[in-house]
Formats: sequence, structure tokens, C-alpha cells
Amino acid sequence: MTPVLELKDVALRHRGSAANTVEDVSLAVEAGHSLALVGESGAGKTTLLRLLLGLSRPTAGAVRFDGAELSPGDRAQMRRFRRSVQCVFQDPYSSLDPRRRVAAVVAEPLRSLGIDTRAGAAPKVAAALERVGLPADAADRYPHEFSGGQRQRIAIARATVCGPRVLLADEPVSALDVTTRVKVVDLLAELQREQGLTLVMVSHDLSVVASLCERTAVLERGRIVEQGDTAQVLGEPAHPYTRRLIESVPRLPV
Amino acid sequence: MTGTDALEPARPKNAARAGRRVRGTATLVVGCVLAGAIALLALVSLFWLPFPADDTSGGRLTGPGEGHLLGTDKLGRDLFTQVMTGSRIAVEAGLGSVLIAAVIGVTLGVLAAFAQGWLDDTLSAFLDILIAFPTLLLAMLIVAARSATLGSAVLAIGLAQSAVVARLARILVKRVLAQDYITAARTSGTSWPRTVLGHVLPNIWPTLVVNLALQFGLAVLAEAGLSYLGLGAPPPNASWGRMLQEAQATFTTAPAGALAPGILLVLLVIGVNLIADGLRDTLDPATRRRRT
Amino acid sequence: MTLLDVRGLTVRTGDGRTLVDDLSFSVASGERLGLIGESGSGKSLTTLAVLGLLPDGMSATGSVELAGTQIVGAREKQLTAVRGRDAAVVFQEPLTALDPLMRVGRQVAEPLGRRTGLKGAALREAVGEALAQVRLPEPERIARAYPHEISGGQRQRVALALALACAPRLLIADEPTTALDVSVQAEMLDLIDALVREREMAVLFVSHDLAVVARVTDRALVLKDGRAVEEGTVHDLVRAPRAPYTRDLVASARTLESALDLRSPR
Repeated sequence: MTPVLELKDVALRHRGSAANTVEDVSLAVEAGHSLALVGESGAGKTTLLRLLLGLSRPTAGAVRFDGAELSPGDRAQMRRFRRSVQCVFQDPYSSLDPRRRVAAVVAEPLRSLGIDTRAGAAPKVAAALERVGLPADAADRYPHEFSGGQRQRIAIARATVCGPRVLLADEPVSALDVTTRVKVVDLLAELQREQGLTLVMVSHDLSVVASLCERTAVLERGRIVEQGDTAQVLGEPAHPYTRRLIESVPRLPV
Repeated sequence: MTGTDALEPARPKNAARAGRRVRGTATLVVGCVLAGAIALLALVSLFWLPFPADDTSGGRLTGPGEGHLLGTDKLGRDLFTQVMTGSRIAVEAGLGSVLIAAVIGVTLGVLAAFAQGWLDDTLSAFLDILIAFPTLLLAMLIVAARSATLGSAVLAIGLAQSAVVARLARILVKRVLAQDYITAARTSGTSWPRTVLGHVLPNIWPTLVVNLALQFGLAVLAEAGLSYLGLGAPPPNASWGRMLQEAQATFTTAPAGALAPGILLVLLVIGVNLIADGLRDTLDPATRRRRT
Repeated sequence: MTLLDVRGLTVRTGDGRTLVDDLSFSVASGERLGLIGESGSGKSLTTLAVLGLLPDGMSATGSVELAGTQIVGAREKQLTAVRGRDAAVVFQEPLTALDPLMRVGRQVAEPLGRRTGLKGAALREAVGEALAQVRLPEPERIARAYPHEISGGQRQRVALALALACAPRLLIADEPTTALDVSVQAEMLDLIDALVREREMAVLFVSHDLAVVARVTDRALVLKDGRAVEEGTVHDLVRAPRAPYTRDLVASARTLESALDLRSPR
């Protein structure tokens, strides 16, 4: 089966930097499956995410979507890509335009991709808000009227409104309180299950990774040091860095 | 990062914002009354003046009263007529300069914000030079190239201000571009032009409008200064700056000639500054009420 | 002996909203207390009130006695004497706690010199020791660096060295590891634990993360919406939470943790 998204021997060097930010990275996600990119700050997680989102281009190697190399010049392909791949960001305070009502925020992919008119989008927006557990009157309000967890639900509604196949999530719960965190993780798991969404998550939080992703790739300084089934990687880590990460997670006293 | 008190909930901030909003509205009303009165004077002057601008029949330096509300100047012209014409010139100077500053400034600022590498550096250096360049010198150059008209003065002031506006716009746009909702717009397939119109401009205009209101006050002052030096509208157009200059010699014997334009100038500038303050407090999106 | 005694502490905003409501707790010399709460629980405001550092427009009532000095209503001069000598603080974001334009060594030298009266070469040596104590590699190099030239974890160690330089009797740590990577967090928690133990210092440790608090303190106070909902040993709070909110908090933490356990059969 062709993977939906694939990085093949990808390297990226930022302008003015001496070394590659990421190097020799190969990974693939198949439809309906889930993958976590784990690592600490400076490991290159964000760079990989931007590559997967088609926001930057690799200096070497290829980013493939449905088996075809992603080329920003190909407008038809980019449109299909944007419609199929959506993203949820870490900071729900920065990811929602404060001057737009929630209805306009959530409808943006539908409007920008030319899928629907304003009127046509309304029922889909309402459905998306309901799916993430927000009241129907949320559409008429502004983002600042919501708490962090609710804002992240709005962001998830925006990312799922156009029926994408892949959801990329950048530390989707790390800005949230623990009690809220559990609820948003549950929501993401539910969307995965019910919509058959493919999930690619970037995170440093191993418990969230373990809750949501079947496969895990561990990144250290721009390279993948270990990759495999999450149970395998977290249960019997082969690489010392992975072991150190797991041992560092603070645990509740038994 | 993780759940700090600063992040949640939105409520505590709102109460403070609501208070600011009420105060903002009050400031706005006072500012509108002050600036509005002078704008009204300017508007009326377009259709009606107590005396023709070149009427010198009133006798020299008569005090206020007797058919001349504020008295006459040293040539026997009616002061109130001059003050009315002056208010028109002041408002025109303010509006004209701000319009030039807004159009050129915002365009340059947005371009500079999107530009990268050497282009950004070049644009920024150009703006810095323009800001450091004295408005007076710029006005002299323009007057030398064209002639001493209101238009020349407005052009000089507007160009000087557009550099200030451009630099502000550049910073504001850069700040917005760094927000995740811009990345979200891109991954939603929103084109750059649409992102600028739909996300960037709505998020920078409140700050920009407040700054432009302040620039309006500064432009009025600058025009008065230029025409005081003879670089503004030529006679017989009585601008406040020239009235001040002409009344200077007789200030001790006939203060009305200097006080009238001086006071109006102060009132207009205070008025627009109050409007700017009021706008700052009321344009905050978090204070806009929910649609019910 | 009671080092910090907080009685009926209430913090209000200018327009009369109550953010911390009638809070009472105490920390004895050498004792460690955790303040646990989520966003908006008032935990950070409480630490600020203890140091008399509340932001403008907020006022505290009640009583905060720190080493015998009444903080509520105290004058700035009295407060300056108390800060550093009796209590020092490490904040969440080390970048904001350090002066960006001053070399790290000089920042540490300032309070250290004030306390010990050392000068010149002796002071430089003491700064090196202080940085080595927080287990910074190459303390001489770090001392010459500016804050932006070192990593986040190293900055937080410097902030800790800065707090310890005054040899305070109470260390206040407000989410000191939240901005750090997990592996760095673990080292930092061990470090705080060890250093505080050596110095027999009291600790007020503030965090939203139960598991993190459990690494450092034995007793904890759970805050919600500015009120204390439960107090007890961390052990009891985790094993048998009484208040519904604590139960929710523990259950959430357990849910996330259990996912990790399922995947790692150990």
C-alpha cells in the first residue's frame, strides 16, 4: 500500500546555518494509521512538521504525498494536498485569529479551498463544532471567550471541517492543563477511530504519544535514532537516548 | 508553556477591558466634540465667511466686538474670517498628510515585512534615513522644486510621516506573520493576498488607526510651523501658522490675533489625540460585545 | 520553627474580583511544601504575595509572616531586606529572570559579593563554585557567557545558582521545570532536591504537575479557583484523594500515565 505521506532521505539546511537541521530522515504513514515524532527541543521536530505540511522544501530527498513528490508549483496537487492534510498547532492562543468569529475561523479551509460558499459552509461548521463537543452558539463568538481547552477544540474543528485524511498535530495538548489534556486526547482518539483519520503527531510527551500513536520515531539532533511500533520503542527501547527519555518522565508515587 | 495562570481563563482580563472601554468611549466623545467643532468651522468656511478674505475695511487692530467677533489684524482684515479659513487649511493639511502617510506607509511597511534578506535590510535602511531626514529640509526642497503652496507643505509632511507609518506597519505585520493562525491559514489553502486582506490588515488596523490619528495632530502642528516660516499656503490664504507669525509683533497690544489661532490649534490637536486614545481603548476586539 | 506562616491570605484585583481566597498554610524551617493547581488557581499569585511582589492593581489582605516579618502592607525597604536573605525565587522562564545584557558570572557575583563581602579573585572563585554547585559544565565558560548564549536548562541552573547565592532559608520555585525538556527536567528536579537537602532549606514548590511535585516535596496543598481544596502528604493525596477536584486531577494524571505503562511492560 502506498503511504499517504512519506519522507525519503530528507535533509534540510536553513539559510545561513552551517549544518543540516534534519538529516537522512525517512519515514512513512499509511492511511488510517498513526505516527508520533518524539524528541526534545532542537531535535528537528518542528522542521519535519513544516516539511510534512509542505511549508518548506527539503534541501535533499523528497516529500511524497500519495506516492507523488510534492511540488509547490503544481496547483492542482497542492489543492488536493491541502484538502487532505490539515494541522492542529500547539498554542491555541496563537492559532486562532482574535478578530474572527469562530464560524469564520472554522470555515476557513472550506472557503479558501473553494469547497463551499459562506452559506454552504454553515451546516458543515456546525457539524464540526458539534463533533468536537462545543455548543452550537460557539460559532457566533470570538476566540477570546473560550478557555485553552475549548480553543484547542475549535482548532481541531477547523482542521477536520473539510474532511481531511491526515491530521498533523504539533504538541496538541502540551499547552493545556492535565485535566483538559486527557479530554482533548480522548477527542483525538475518537476522531481517529470514527473518521478513520491518519494522525501524525509531534510531541515530547511520551504518555500522550503512547495514548494516541501506533508507531513512534525518536529524533535526536535532526536524526531518527529509533523507529518502530510504539509498544516496542517505549517498552523495549533499543537506543540509549530513548531509554533516557522514558526514564525522565516524572511518575506519580504508587 | 504548560498551563500557566497567564494563559487561562479569558474572564479576568475582560472586566478590566470593559472598564477601559467605558473610559475610552468618554475620551472619544470629548475628542470628537473638540475636533468636530473645528471641523464644522472648516466646513462652514467653504460656503460662508463673515467677510471676504481680502476685505480691509474694518480698521487696523480693532479689539473684539463691533461687527468683528475677534477684531481685526494690522491690515484691517477680520480675524474670525481668517481663523475660519485657517481651520479649513489645518484640517486639509491633517487629512492630506495622513492620507499620503497611510497609503505610502502601509504599502511600504507590508512590502518590507514580506521582504527577506537584503531587500528587507535596504527598505529598513531607507526608512531610517527618511525618518532622520528633517521635515523642514524636505519641505524646503519640495518648495524649491515646486512652489510654496499648501500642497507642497502637505506633500513634505506626508512623506516624512509615511516613513514613520511604514516602520510601524512593518513591525506590526511581522508580529502578525509570526502567529500560528497565519500558518493555519496557509495550511488551509488561503492565498497570500487573501491572508493579508483577511488576517493581517484586520489585526494591524486598530493600532495603525490610532497612530494615524496621532499623526494627524502632528501634521496640523507641522503645517502651522511650516507656514509660520513662510513655507505653507501663500497669502491671502490665512493659515494659523501665518496668523501667528503676523501677530507676533503686535502680541502685547493686540493679543487676539495670536491667541485665537493658537488656542484653536491646541484644541484641534488635543481633540485628535483624545480621539486616538479613545480609539485605542475601544478598538480592542475582546471588548466588542457578542452579537445577541 | 515556623518559617513561613500564611493566614487568611486574600488577593483581590482593583475591580474587586477575588483571585486568592482566604488561603492559610505554613512551612517550617527545612520543610517542603508543594502548591498544586491548574491555570487560574492562584498558585503563582500566592508566591508573588509571599514576596510582596503582587502586580499593580492587586492587593493582598490577611497575614503573610516570613521569618517573623509581616509581608502584607510592608514597605518596600523592609521587603528588600527580606527578599534574598529569607526567601529567594526561581521562576518558570529563566530568560526573564536573567539580565540579557549582563554576563552570567557578574549576575551571580552581585548577590554573592553582597552576602559574603568577597571581592576580586576570591569572588570570582566563589562564583565559579556557585556555578559548579548547580552542576554546570565548564563553570568558567558559563560565567563569561551572556544568558542567550547558553541553553534553557543551563539558564535555569544559573537562575537557581542566583537564588542560592543569597543562602535563603526558603526557596520558592514557581514551575521551575515547566519550560524545560523532560530529560532536563528530571536532572533539574534531582538537583533542587539534593541542594536543598544539603542546605536544610525550606521549599515552596509550585506546579501544575502532581508527578513533578511528588519528586521534590512530601506535603502538598491543592488549589482551585484561589481556594485550598485539600492538604496532605503527597502520598495520601495521590493514593486516596478526598476532594472531588483532587480526585479528578489524580485520575487524569493516572490515565495518561497508564497509557505509558501499557506500552512499556516493566
